Parts: sequence; structure tokens; C-alpha cells
Amino acid sequence: MIQYEKNHKGCDMIHELTIKITGEAGQGIQTIGSALCKIFKDAGYYLFANQDYMSRIRGGNNIFQLRIADKPVYVPRKFSDIIIALDRFSVECHKDTVSPDGVILLDKKRFKIAEEHSRFVHIPMFDMARETGGDEQFVNSLACGILTGMIGIEDHFVVKVVKDTFSQKTDDILQRNLKVAKAGYDFSKNHLPQNRFSIQSGNFTESLLMNGNEAIALGAIAAGCKFYSAYPMTPSTSIMNVMAHYAKDFHIVVEQAEDEIAAINMIIGASFAGVRSMTGTSGGGFALMAEGLSLAGMTETPIVVVDAQRPAPATGFPTRTEQGDLEFLLHAGHGEFARAVFSPGTIEEAFFGTIRAFDLAEKYQIPVLIMTDQHLADSYMNIDMFDLERIKIQRHIISKEDSGLVKDYKRYQFTESGISPRAIPSWINGVIYADSDEHTEEGHITESATLRNLMMEKRFYKKMEGLSKETEKLRVYDVQGADCVLIGFGSTYGVLKEVSECFHQKKIGHIHIPQVWPFPLAEITALLNDAKKIIVVENNAGAQLARLLRRETGIKADKSLLKYDGRPFDLDYLLEQVEKD
Amino acid sequence: MEIKDLKSNDEIAWCPGCGNFGILNALKRAIVKLNRAPKDILLVSGIGQAAKLPHYTRCNCFNGLHGRALPVAAAAKIANHHLTVIVTTGDGDCYGEGGNHFIHNIRRNIDITVIVHDNQIYGLTKGQASPTTDPGYITKFQPSGVVLEPFHALEMAIVLGAGFVARGYSANTEHLSWLITEGIQHRGFSLIDVLQPCVSFNKKNTHEWYGKRVYKVNDDGSYHPEDKAVAFQKASEWGDRIPIGIIYKTDKKSYEENIGLSNHLPLVDESIENTDISGILKDFI
Ligand SMILES: Cc1ncc(C[n+]2csc(CCOP(=O)(O)OP(=O)(O)O)c2C)c(N)n1
Ligand code: SF4
Ligand SMILES: [Mg+2]
Repeated sequence: MIQYEKNHKGCDMIHELTIKITGEAGQGIQTIGSALCKIFKDAGYYLFANQDYMSRIRGGNNIFQLRIADKPVYVPRKFSDIIIALDRFSVECHKDTVSPDGVILLDKKRFKIAEEHSRFVHIPMFDMARETGGDEQFVNSLACGILTGMIGIEDHFVVKVVKDTFSQKTDDILQRNLKVAKAGYDFSKNHLPQNRFSIQSGNFTESLLMNGNEAIALGAIAAGCKFYSAYPMTPSTSIMNVMAHYAKDFHIVVEQAEDEIAAINMIIGASFAGVRSMTGTSGGGFALMAEGLSLAGMTETPIVVVDAQRPAPATGFPTRTEQGDLEFLLHAGHGEFARAVFSPGTIEEAFFGTIRAFDLAEKYQIPVLIMTDQHLADSYMNIDMFDLERIKIQRHIISKEDSGLVKDYKRYQFTESGISPRAIPSWINGVIYADSDEHTEEGHITESATLRNLMMEKRFYKKMEGLSKETEKLRVYDVQGADCVLIGFGSTYGVLKEVSECFHQKKIGHIHIPQVWPFPLAEITALLNDAKKIIVVENNAGAQLARLLRRETGIKADKSLLKYDGRPFDLDYLLEQVEKD
Repeated sequence: MEIKDLKSNDEIAWCPGCGNFGILNALKRAIVKLNRAPKDILLVSGIGQAAKLPHYTRCNCFNGLHGRALPVAAAAKIANHHLTVIVTTGDGDCYGEGGNHFIHNIRRNIDITVIVHDNQIYGLTKGQASPTTDPGYITKFQPSGVVLEPFHALEMAIVLGAGFVARGYSANTEHLSWLITEGIQHRGFSLIDVLQPCVSFNKKNTHEWYGKRVYKVNDDGSYHPEDKAVAFQKASEWGDRIPIGIIYKTDKKSYEENIGLSNHLPLVDESIENTDISGILKDFI
């Protein structure tokens, strides 16, 4: 059994393994990956899985990487303990990413590789798939069998998942997959070193396996979203897929818009008519939505917009990750109006944050943005069951029952809080005027300077004041007396947490910001007042969070650790950077 | 219900003599004729002179962005399909800035009625060419005259499969009001392009100019608006004679019928307080 110490220098011992499945697009890398996730989850491991795929349907090189452990893990590692390569190019790409005691499983004959390498383990995978299953396509199931056999997981876990995966197919296909998986499993048992890669599980069986996008979609459903409109754009698209999958069960309409401009205007229309509505996109699509965002601000129409960020400018890296839209999201849309921006860092935060986003949007009648990125959107983790008891949906509208009593309704009536009672068209006996021009309380076009001032105070100052009082709490770890405090937002939560836990001689604390706007000014200032050293960690080039921190609080970070190569921070990379300090 | 029940408190900002007044009157008459309660009517507009119309009625109003009335209207209808949703828009608003939504909402075939105040000019921004400005027309922005081919909205709508395609004339209120009642009653996307003289910026297509040319196509008993090929030909007639009336009409399933919304409680009336997702969490175990 091998045991990995996280930083190789003596931190909490964690038993973990990293497995990488790699091949070209079209080889079903994701199918094997998903099956393995389920197997490891059933067997009680904590797992983190991410994919690195190219923006193409065939060819290239794709990977599915799984990290399994006896404790929660949140981020990828730099090196893999087992790499299973399904084509020749994969071997070239990844032979240098194998860990010191790791192996690369490959089919040398098939890949026509003559060279020897101490890490190579030759397995005639394609022949075996054909001989036992009758077709090379079964190599996926073979790979599952081999890997699970190596790790010493009992074979019934494999049988169950193969059955689940192929339950929709014919019995013949199912039987052949089972046979091949078993052959792979037996091959490991008989031909590969036993125990070398076996690790204990965390007995974590009562878990949910989910990625960030799925969590957002489920959050939206739980929040009562009834209308979702979007134009496909990686890495946001799977939110739409999940919404569409459950649409019938919950009477949700999911409509593919003709463009992102339509998408945001559609959710504004649906929301005006009274239903909770959401759209999702990535930076480029969000850029097209900017005018609509401003419309939501002006007409005081609640909407929720997800920006699953990817590296930009322009088309950038369509399938990769970045946190480059922070400042864009804070300022997008012409003019000044209140907004909230969520920056979830975990699957749970994505789920509960989305529910909260709907609540705030409706309470303040504003656009609320949820900023994620490809790393959070596509990475799978198993997590504790959601505590559904925590969810309390409360509508902030004039109820249908009370609507009958409404007289002389004014959509933009001035109030102490800046929030006007919101009536729903056709529920009240009167009519409702909503306007993108500057308007009177009734909602008609005006040119009055006095009204302009009052409306700006209402829409902007007063709402921001209320919003600032209920910003999500910071997640703070070991900041008191720390030698150094790491600060991040969004998907860096996991890497900050793991890195800070790795240090023992030095005390490294960290702060995660789950809602970047309104900026948690007072809370963060109090925490950082006597910090010895502040390092801001961001997946972008502009140190946007560090700049925001300085702008809002006057606190200047000592250092920024930035990564803008389109890849997320892996644990080893950030450890190294923090250690240097 | 009477016309006066539809009177708004808002002061009208159109130029005296503008064709928009005729459209406003025709719309009010249609609503009275159909006896629809104002609270159940939603008028959606973008930006332009035409787009101010909803303020001048006493119906629900969403006055959104330039070019973006259609997506707002379509989704409001999805959220509450019991609403009568009418779009009042301009030739620039609908065919220019909002062209993509025009195309795709015809395909979507949501049950909304779109009234285009087609003054063949940008009124609000003071007289630039619109997608329907006649070639050769000189503006400050097009000092050598418009050279672009006009946007053939009616032909396009027919080709895209719109179920109700009509043209009206703002000065013929009676006839226009009839077109609007027919358009509202049609299940699916209805387009009513309305010739609307802009007395301030369109010096060519004036009341006199239109008055000499328009004729009512449906007066001719032998005209069959169900015949697509004939309708297409009629839609392309533009010159000495300009047809007004129902140019094309066909029955097809609306979006609401296609996705099964029609026989369902409107989304807005669904209670969301007790949405239970525990059932679907099983898919993630
Ligand atoms: C995004 C955007 N671009 C430009 C404008 C300026 N604008 C307002 S109305 C209009 C054209 C209006 O023409 P039309 O739709 O034909 O309406 P009309 O005034 O002729 O009734 C323009 C260009 C705007 N409001 N928003
Ligand atoms: S500018 Fe033209 S369209 Fe606008 S109100 Fe005046 S006449 Fe009517
Ligand atoms: Mg016009």
C-alpha cells in the first residue's frame, strides 16, 4: 500500500490515489470516468473527478482524472498514480505526469510502441476486449475492470455499475460488457501486483455524486424556477440539459433561445409575468446579455443569470477554466443599479447559493448573478446529502389572495427600503406599467430631474444598502494568528482549503468569499486588520479580486498568485507557490 | 367595456397628424370588440415612437429595450398563457434591431399578435432610413439615397410559416381594427404590418401617397388567403397598388399547444413554496 503525504513534507496523512484515463475524443473516456466515479462512490471513497477535454468531437487528447481518498478532496493532483492510455498519443502526452511509484497501462502492440519505460505496464487491452466481448468497443468496460481490480475493490461494485450503465441497452450488450469487465478485473488480480495500489475507503457511502452545473440546476428547480431560457455555450450548457431533463416533472418550460439577447429578455418577460426565471451562459454570451441586465435593473424585474466562465477574450479556450469575468460581472450593463453576485466554491454552495440567488432576486427585484467556471461546473465530487430542511421558499410578491384588495397600483411606488410591492399582471384588477425609460411611480416615461434622483436612490442606493446587510458569510479557516492568509472566491475554495491544511510549521489561514457583491467589506476588514501576510489566489491574470479588495477596503494584498493558462490550480502547484514564500 | 375604459393618464407625445393615432384607436376598438379585460391584456414594446403606445392605453405594459419586445412578449405568454399578449413595435424595432427575434418567434409560433407601425423610417431618432425605407429615399444619413433592398416582412413571414400575415393602414381605422381582432383571435404568431405615415420624417410615403395606392384585398371574393403561393405574390405587390387586409392565413399548432402548455394551469399560478426535489436526488446517489 502506498501512502501519499500531501506535500511530501509532513502534513496530515491522507490515503489517496490519482487515476487518469486518457484517449482521443470519441473513445468514451467520459463513460469510463463516470462509471468509475460511481464504483468508487459506492465503495465508500471520497472522490474528486475532473475532465480536461478539447473543443472537438473526435481526435485530440482528452482526460478524465479521478482522485480517490479516505478524506474529502477537492482538487486535482499534478501527478497520477495510475494512467490508463487508450491510444498512442495519450502515452506521449502523459508519460511524464506519472507519480514516482505510478504506472502507465497501455497496449504497446496496438499503439506500436517499441520503447521500454520503467513505468509501462503492457496489457493487450484491445485484443482482450475483442476476444471476450466480440468487439474492441468494449475496451471501456475492460478498463473499468482492470482499474477496480488493481485497487482491490470487491467485484460486485463493478457488476452493479456496469448493469446500471447498460440497463437501457439490449441484454446481449449488457452481458458482453459484464463479461469484459470481469475479464479486466481478473486480469488485474492474476497479472498485476496486488496491494500496491489498494487504499482504504472512507466509508462514505451515503453521498451524492454531482458536479457544479447539476447543483445549480437542482438549486433552481428547488427554488421554484419555472422558466429557463438559454443559448448553448460551454461550459454552461449542462445546466440547460439538467433543467430540460426534469422539466416535465416540475412543470418547467425550458426554451432554447435564438441568441443570448433573446435569452435574457425572455427571462425578463417571464419574470414580469410572475414566474421565477433563469438563464445560463459563459462570458461571450454574457457580454451579449449586458443590455438586458441593465433592463432588469431599470424595470426592477428579478432574474438569475449564471456565468460559467471560461478563458477569454473572445472564444478563448472553450472547454477550459478561468476567473477572468469578475470585474465584468460587477460592472456589466450600462448605468448604475443594484445587483448581487454569487461566487460559489463547492457543490453545496452552488446548490444553496442558487436558491439564495432566487430569493434575493425576488426580494430586491434585481438581477442576481452566479459566477462559476468550468472547473466547478464540470468537476464531480461526492458530497453529503443536501439537507433539504434548510430550504424555505418564500415569495416576495403580492399573493394571489391579496391581489384582489390592490387599488391604484403603482409599480414603482416609493418606499423606505426602495422595494415596491410587486403585483402580478392579471392577478390584480388594475394594470401594471413597467418601463425601461426613466419613469414615474406609476411606470410612465418621465423627464423630471426630481423623479430621476428619487428613482436612482430607490433602485441603487436603497437596494444596495439592504443587500449589503445580508451578504453571504465568509468562510474563514484558521485566520486568527496565521502567518499568512490566503484569499479566494469561487472554485478556488478547495485548493485553498487543502493547501492551508498541509502546513504545520507555518500557520496558513484562508478566506473564501462565496458572494463577491455586495462586497463583504466590514467582515473582511475586521479579519484582515492584523493579518501578517495576505496572498490573493485567482485564476486570472489581472489580480481582479486583489484589486477589488483594495478598492473596497483599502487593504493591499502582499502578493497575488495568479494562474491564467486555462487550467485550474492543482494542489501541488499551489503548495509549491505558497511554500516558496 | 367602452373605449374610455382604456384611457391612460399618460400624456401622448406623438406629433399631431401622426399615423400612430389611428393605430391606437384601432387597437382600443379591437379590445372593446373582443371584450377582453385590460387586466388580462399585456402590451409589450421596444423603443421608438411606436413603442410608446402601451403607455397610452390602460392595459398592462412592458416597455423594454429597442428591438427586444418579442422575446419579452413570447416568454410572458409562456409564463401566463391566459394573457392576451400584443406587441406594438416599429419597422426599425422589429425588422432591424430585433430581426433575429422576428425570424425565430415566427418559427416558435407563440400565440402573440405583433403590430408593426411601419412608417418606413426611424421616427424617434429623427429620420434615418429603416429596413423598409423605399430605395432612393434621401435622408441626412443616406444623402445619396437608400441603396439597400427593402426588408420584405410579409413575404418573409409567409416563407417562415407564420399563420396570420396581414397589412393594415393607419388611416383606415375600421379595417385595421378588424385586422387586429382577427389577429388576436388567431392561435399562433400573427403579424400585422401597418402602413403609418410619419408626418415629420417621411416626406415620401405620406397619407396622400398611401391613400392613392391601398386597396382591400379581402373585398375580392376570389382571393384565398389560404393559398400560400398566391399569398406570397400578393405580399410582394408594392408600387402603384398596395394590398391591405389578411394576406395569408393558415391553421397550425401554436407553441403552447405543441409543448402541452395550453391544457395546463398557467405557470404563474403554480405554487412553488413546497417544491420537493428529494425524488430526483435519487438520480445522484
Ligand atoms: C440599443 C439601441 N440602439 C439604438 C437606439 C436608438 N433608437 C431608438 S428608437 C430607434 C429607431 C426607431 O425606429 P422605429 O423602430 O422604426 O420606430 P419609430 O420611431 O419609427 O416608430 C433607434 C435607432 C436605442 N434606443 N437602443
Ligand atoms: S416623428 Fe413621425 S412617427 Fe414619430 S410621432 Fe412624429 S410623425 Fe409620428
Ligand atoms: Mg419606424
